[in-house]
Amino acid sequence: MNKKNIIICRCEDVNLEQVHELLDQGYTTIEDIKRLLRIGMGPCQGKTCGLLLQQEISRYLKCKTEEVPLAKVRPLVTGVKLKAIVEGTK
Amino acid sequence: MNANIVIIGAGISGTSIAYHLAAKGIKDIIVIDKDYLTNGATGRCGAGIRQQWATKMNCIMAKKSVEFYEKANQTLGYSHDIEFKQEGYLIVAVTPEEDAQFTKNVELQNSLGIKSRKITKEEAKKIVPHINTDMFISATFCPTDGHINPFKANDAFYQAAKRLGVTFYFHETVQSIQTDHHRIVGVTTDKRTFQTTKVINAAGGFAHEIGLMAGVDIPVYAEKHEILVTEPIEKIQGPMVMSFGKNLYCQQVPQGSFVMGRGTPDALHNHDITSSWEFLDEMAKTVVSFLPIIGELRVIRQWAGSYNMSPDRQPILGSVDECDGFYVACGFSGHGFMFAPITGLLLSEIIMNEPTTIDMAELCMNRFKNQKTIEVEKSVV
Repeated sequence: MNKKNIIICRCEDVNLEQVHELLDQGYTTIEDIKRLLRIGMGPCQGKTCGLLLQQEISRYLKCKTEEVPLAKVRPLVTGVKLKAIVEGTK
Repeated sequence: MNANIVIIGAGISGTSIAYHLAAKGIKDIIVIDKDYLTNGATGRCGAGIRQQWATKMNCIMAKKSVEFYEKANQTLGYSHDIEFKQEGYLIVAVTPEEDAQFTKNVELQNSLGIKSRKITKEEAKKIVPHINTDMFISATFCPTDGHINPFKANDAFYQAAKRLGVTFYFHETVQSIQTDHHRIVGVTTDKRTFQTTKVINAAGGFAHEIGLMAGVDIPVYAEKHEILVTEPIEKIQGPMVMSFGKNLYCQQVPQGSFVMGRGTPDALHNHDITSSWEFLDEMAKTVVSFLPIIGELRVIRQWAGSYNMSPDRQPILGSVDECDGFYVACGFSGHGFMFAPITGLLLSEIIMNEPTTIDMAELCMNRFKNQKTIEVEKSVV
């Protein structure tokens, strides 16, 4: 299957070919790839793509999946409207 | 291992210095960073590019940097795009004092060739239709200010430097700097030692600690600044909207999200970069008061980074009296990203003993010893 047609990050529309290009250039951590391709920066915050990217990196580096650190988890856990936060502080 | 020059920090100041030195033909340049590329302040910043300053030095440095960034994709031979969006900064005056100060700022900026202008609330509303005009008195606008993708910009300098022969060591921490009679002789990391006579401190939030390793007490400290990003929507806002008095900056980036931040009053001087709910509350209230429609957007992520603060909120650049071969590029006070091109150029000129593009008297570290009164930049968030 064409790597261009395999979507890794749905929020930011990133495909497997883009990931492999960066791996070949020496960017082999999730934090590096996240910043250059925006993987995991969309509304799902990496809940789907993070694990797919971890698997791809472990295959590329020929190491165990758990040896590839996941991206740092940042708040919020889910999207909240700014308006709702303002209401909540009243 | 021998190195001609060791640069500490692969944020955009470090990569720009490495690129500018390598472009002048210097060999054996080493850059060391304690984590992944763009892990520090560069990758955490609001990524605004602004020329509207209140001090002459900041205006000149910002303008020269914008001129570089406008051609950076070609100059650096970058195969991607640093995404320089030049749709301006709209800076609002919220008090009569700010209104008067902004008139002076625009005069200074215009005298230096920066095309900013003072505008009325009505004109501001035409530029940002969803702004709440009850919140401010007047505004200034500079159309060539804007936004750049900080990850791509640092990657562009990094790749260009690598092609010119610079060697990068990531995930490696500097542990000590060796000196002999106040001259640099080496740098030791957790993995190896480099013999070198020149060290450049581009360590951002950790610049003070790196200075102490060489016996140099640089008058800077780290201070946490927080920021958040919303879900993306269709384009509704061109320029950055900024208020010094109400402590706010907010911009829609090309990918559609809004990125916004504010300083924390009385922030402690330390390396804390955790996110806080207090910031989220205050940020939400501030942005919704200026840009009510933004209240409809969901916050999807918040983070923080360190400003490296100097006494006058202007950078500290160049050599130091206390140690031969030790150079600093720090104290950017939240503006290192937008000044990176001129930082790299000036440091390369100083190290090559060339005449500098800008007079360094007001940028070198000993300005704090010589000057009785320091002109402090007030146009900061």
